Amino acid sequence: MSDVVQRGSFELTLRRVLSDRAGMLSLAFIVVLALFAIGADAIAYLVGHSPVEQFRDTGLTPQGLPVPPSPEFLMGTDQLGRDVLVRLAYGARVSLLIGVIASLLAACIGVTVGVLAGYFGGWVDVVLGRLMDFVMSIPVLLCMLSLVSVFGTSIPLSVSVIVFFSWTIMGRVIRGQVMSLREREFVMASRTLGAGHLSIMVIDILPNLSVPIIIYTTMMIPTSIIFESTLSFLGLGIVPPAPSWGGMLSEAANNSIYMFAWWLILFPSVILLLTTLSFNILGDTLRDALDPKANFRPVKMRWRIWPKRSRSKGDAK
Amino acid sequence: MIGFLAKRVGFAALVLFLLSAFIFFLFFVAPGDPARLVAGERASDAQVQQVRENLGLGKPVLAQYGDFVMRSLSGDLGFSYRNQQPVLTLIQQRMPATISLCAGAVVMWLLLGVPIGIMSARKPGSLRDRLGQVFILVGVSFPSFVLGMAALYCLYFLPRKAGFTLFPAGSYKPIGDGVLDWAWHLFLPWLSLALTSAAIYARLTRGQMLEVLGEDYIRTARAKGLKERVVVFKHGLRAVLTPLTTQLGADVAVLLGGAIVTEQVFGLQGIGSLAVQAVNSQDRPVIIGIVLLAGFFIVVANIVVDLLYVALDPRVRTGAA
Repeated sequence: MSDVVQRGSFELTLRRVLSDRAGMLSLAFIVVLALFAIGADAIAYLVGHSPVEQFRDTGLTPQGLPVPPSPEFLMGTDQLGRDVLVRLAYGARVSLLIGVIASLLAACIGVTVGVLAGYFGGWVDVVLGRLMDFVMSIPVLLCMLSLVSVFGTSIPLSVSVIVFFSWTIMGRVIRGQVMSLREREFVMASRTLGAGHLSIMVIDILPNLSVPIIIYTTMMIPTSIIFESTLSFLGLGIVPPAPSWGGMLSEAANNSIYMFAWWLILFPSVILLLTTLSFNILGDTLRDALDPKANFRPVKMRWRIWPKRSRSKGDAK
Repeated sequence: MIGFLAKRVGFAALVLFLLSAFIFFLFFVAPGDPARLVAGERASDAQVQQVRENLGLGKPVLAQYGDFVMRSLSGDLGFSYRNQQPVLTLIQQRMPATISLCAGAVVMWLLLGVPIGIMSARKPGSLRDRLGQVFILVGVSFPSFVLGMAALYCLYFLPRKAGFTLFPAGSYKPIGDGVLDWAWHLFLPWLSLALTSAAIYARLTRGQMLEVLGEDYIRTARAKGLKERVVVFKHGLRAVLTPLTTQLGADVAVLLGGAIVTEQVFGLQGIGSLAVQAVNSQDRPVIIGIVLLAGFFIVVANIVVDLLYVALDPRVRTGAA
C-alpha cells in the first residue's frame, strides 16, 4: 500500500497533461517543428543549399522539371530547382512566428476588451460589444485584398490583419467570464478594502482568467497559421522568394505543376496539416487538463479504438 | 419588435457606412495615380488630366466621397478602370458561379456536419463519438486550399492518369445546361469547401446538443415515454436550430462575397476570383464594389438571422429572453 501524497493543482494538471497520449504526441511534434524552424540555418548548412538558391544543373531535369526526392535533395526540388526541405524549414519559421505572435497579440487585445466590457458593463459593454459585432461583419479576405493592393505585402501587415480579425472570439469569452466573476465575494471584499477598479481587474479578476486565456490562445495558434498560409497562398502574405508553406503550395498549384511533381504538394501539405492538428489536439488536452468540468467537453477523448463498455455509460453525464 | 428591427437596420446602415468610408479613404491615400492607370502608360499629361476630370478625381476628397455614396445608394457602383464595363454588370456576370458554389457547399456541409454532431452527442464517449471527434479535429485543422489541391490530385488527376475521368477539374457549367452536368462539374469545389465547415457545424451541433440533452424538459420527454428518435430530433434538435442559424447566416454571407480560396484553386470565375483579378490589376472601383457587396450580404444576413430567431424561438417573440 502506497503512501497518500498531497498534490498541488499544478502537479495534478501536469499529471493530466502527461497522461494524455495524443496531447503528448502533439507536443512532441511541436517541439520537433520548433527545432526544425530554429535549426533552419543549420539544415541549410548541412545540405549545402540555401533556401533561395536555384540549382539549375542538379535541381532540374534536362527538360526543366523539378527533380523528385533523392539523396541530394531529400524532399526534391521545386519548379525553380530550389531545395524543398530547406524551404520547408524556413517556412516553419514564418508559420510558427506569425501564428504565435498574432495569437498572443490577439489574446492581449481580446482580454483587455473582454475584461473592460465585462467589468464595467453598461454603456462600456454596449460600445465594445458593438465594436466586436462590427469587426465580425467585415469581409476578412476582401479587406486583406484591398489592404495589400494599397500597401503591398509585408509580415507586419499580415500579422495586423490576423490580429484584427481574431481577437473578438477571445473578447467574447472573457467578457462572459468576467461578468460572473465581478459578482463574486472576493471582488466585493477587495472593493470593501478600498481597491480601485484597475487593481480589482488586474489583481483579483485577471488571475482567475488564466485557464480560458491559456486554452483560447493555444486554440488561436492553428487558426492563425491557417490564416497566414491562406494569405500566402493567395499571394497576399509572405513575399516570394522568401519561403512560406502557403507560398510553396501556391507555386505548386501554378500551372498545375504539382500534378507531375507530387512532392511539391505532399510535403508542405502534410507538415501544415500536422502543425495545425497538433496545436488543436494540444489545445484540447490543455482544456481537459485545466478545466475538467468544462461543460463543452464532458468526456475526455481517449485515443483508444474500442471504448471500454462500462466507462462510456458512466461518462455520459 | 418593430423597434428591435429598426435598431438592427440602423446598425446595419452604420456598418455599411463605416465600411464604405474605410474602403474609400483607403484607396484615396493609396499611392499610384488612378487617372494615369486608366489613361494608359503612353498617354500625354493633358490626356491624363482629361481623364482625371472625367472621373471626378480632381475634386476635394469629401466631395468625391459624397458623390460615391450618392451613386452607390442609387445602385451605381461606377465603371471598371480596365475595360470600362459597369462594376455592377461585372458582378452580375460572376454571381451565378459563386451562388452555385455556395448553395451546393452549404447543403453538403449541413448534411454532413449536423448528423455527425447529433450522432456524436447521443452517446458521448462511444466509438461513434470518437470517430465524430476525429472528423471534427481533422476537419478544423485542414486549410481549405490544401483540401482543394488534394481533392484535385486524388479525384481528378490520378483517375485521369489511369485513363478515365471521375470528376472534371472544376469549371462552371450554368445550371440551365443540365442539373447533373452542373453538379458534376462543381462537385470537387463543393467538397473542398464543405468539409472544413462540416467539421465546424459538427462541433457546434455536438456541443449544443450535449447541453440540451441534459435539460429537464428532455428528461420529461423521455419520462413520458416518447421514442428516443422523437426526443432527439423533435425536442433536442429544435433547441440547436438557433445557434446553427446564427452560424449559417454568417457563413453564407461571407461565402456570397466570394469563396476566394476555393475559386482560386479550381479556377472558377466567381466573385472571389474577380476580386483577386481586380487587386492584381489595381482596378479600384471593382474592389470597392465587391467589398461593399460583401458587407451588404453580411448585414442583410444578420437581419435575416434575427428575423429567423423570432420564428424559431418563442422566447424572443414574447420578449422573455
